[in-house]
Amino acid sequence: MSFQIPAFAPALPEIIVMTMACAILVIDLYIAEERRGLTYLLTQLTLVIAALATLGGMPVEPQVTFSGSFIRDTMGDLLKAFIYLMAAGVFLYSRDYLRARKLFTGEFHVTGLFGVLGMMVMVSAHSLLTVYLGLELLSLALYAMVAYDRDSLQATEAAMKYFVLGALASGLLLYGMSMLYGVTGTLDLALLAERLADSDRGDPVLVFGIAFIVAGLAFKLGAVPFHMYLPDVYHGAPTAVTVYIGTAPKIAAFALTMRVLAEGLAPLHADWQQMLVVLAVLSLALGNVVAIAQTNLKRMFAYSTISHVGFILLGILSGTADGYAGAMFYAITYALMALGGFGMILLLTREGFEADNLDDFRGLNERSPWFAFMMLLLIFSMAGVPPTVGFYAKLAVLQAVVQVDMVWLAIVAVLFSVVGAFYYLRIIKLMYFDEVEDRNPLTAAPDLRLALSVNGLAVLLLGLFPGGLMALCIGALT
Amino acid sequence: MLALTDYLTLGAILFSIAVVGIFLNRRNLIILLMAIELMLLAVNMNFIAFSHFHGNLDGQVFVFFILTVAAAEAAIGLAILVVLFRNRRTINVNELDLMKG
Repeated sequence: MSFQIPAFAPALPEIIVMTMACAILVIDLYIAEERRGLTYLLTQLTLVIAALATLGGMPVEPQVTFSGSFIRDTMGDLLKAFIYLMAAGVFLYSRDYLRARKLFTGEFHVTGLFGVLGMMVMVSAHSLLTVYLGLELLSLALYAMVAYDRDSLQATEAAMKYFVLGALASGLLLYGMSMLYGVTGTLDLALLAERLADSDRGDPVLVFGIAFIVAGLAFKLGAVPFHMYLPDVYHGAPTAVTVYIGTAPKIAAFALTMRVLAEGLAPLHADWQQMLVVLAVLSLALGNVVAIAQTNLKRMFAYSTISHVGFILLGILSGTADGYAGAMFYAITYALMALGGFGMILLLTREGFEADNLDDFRGLNERSPWFAFMMLLLIFSMAGVPPTVGFYAKLAVLQAVVQVDMVWLAIVAVLFSVVGAFYYLRIIKLMYFDEVEDRNPLTAAPDLRLALSVNGLAVLLLGLFPGGLMALCIGALT
Repeated sequence: MLALTDYLTLGAILFSIAVVGIFLNRRNLIILLMAIELMLLAVNMNFIAFSHFHGNLDGQVFVFFILTVAAAEAAIGLAILVVLFRNRRTINVNELDLMKG
């Protein structure tokens, strides 16, 4: 048996991010406290270089390397590009928040970059081993980041809950993987699909395996009934970390589900479809209903995330190319909306004041009509009001569900979206029709204001012209 | 000679003990961390058994990765535990109830 050196070129973006993250970790040690901004700039530079490496070397044909455990294809590259964009937005939005709370250190940026690396590995995974390694690299970075404000009682409690349930989810996923390995004797996702196609469907090991895999994925996505950690984590974590958790990892979780279910377990579509139907309906129902009772905006967004995950699952469970493209479009645009939504909280915070309660948005229109309008666009988009992009994303997913003759599921989704519109519109009522209580002027930096404005307008423009991004998603999946 | 099902049964028993340990234990977070480790070891048992009976090495390679990741995971888990204890002076699971809703 001869040893061949694998092709490293397809993994170039991952190699860049890993090298730079290690370099920044060391460089940060030698930087004086007042010049910490250099770490931030290097982090953003890393993301830009990685984006150039990803978009510059997009392959026409999928390239598989490292003995079949890594794949570079158009879907992966497109999702990675959006992961860089979200991460760059997160670092920009959270900079001043962290500075004001004496948390602006190199560790935040380095763990953030390692999280990005974990997401990239997940997106490019082509064997169960790489799926697991990418997922753990992301999860470990996230646990550490949630506990990052180490004197905060809420943050450490949230980190502990996240850690325990995240580790349980990894355990469930691994147990499922071991059973798939037992049935097929391979870890390679393509081979797995091939061998499952002519295996015995009734094999109890296989049935248990799928159930454990779906449960593990549902945990990572935050779908009901595996959602209980999500509101506490969103609420307890520092807002700078919540915005990280709420954006890019959602895109990565979509990629994870696609790689494992839609590629590896493609021949068993009928089996996992039923489970996803249950998860999707429960997520839509609980997410939208419980969000009404929340007074904390971060917690409300957590429940809104749960309902959006329900929509992403609807696209995936349809099992058609249109459904996958719709779910991909939904995941990307949802991350964009969440980035803007949490960005608005960060915009209103200042030293010693967290703007994470609904009441903090009272009368925002009087304080800043422009940013009240941006928030209006973002909230409309989350609620799915045309002409914002949220409407189009929901439409694409629902169309896919109707095409596979599950009209009742589409009706359930629309009904719960109507319920959800209530708590979204309540924020708009607070901003436009309530008396202003807090008359402090907004103190955010100009680049944050600019980025947030671009973010809000992007939600509107993508809603008016969704064709381009939709064509990219469809192209990436065929 | 032990059959494959014997190993799988042992794996399933260990896994069940771990899951029950996570959900029933309301007192001590350290026992929770031990249950998580046990769960990963149950998975390793499955992988090694399958690997042996398939005559395929991939499963054993996976086990090495799981062991490594489990060590990193335990390090982070214990670090969070220390921070939590410093803030709250307790590691009782029942008292982790600051956030509601």
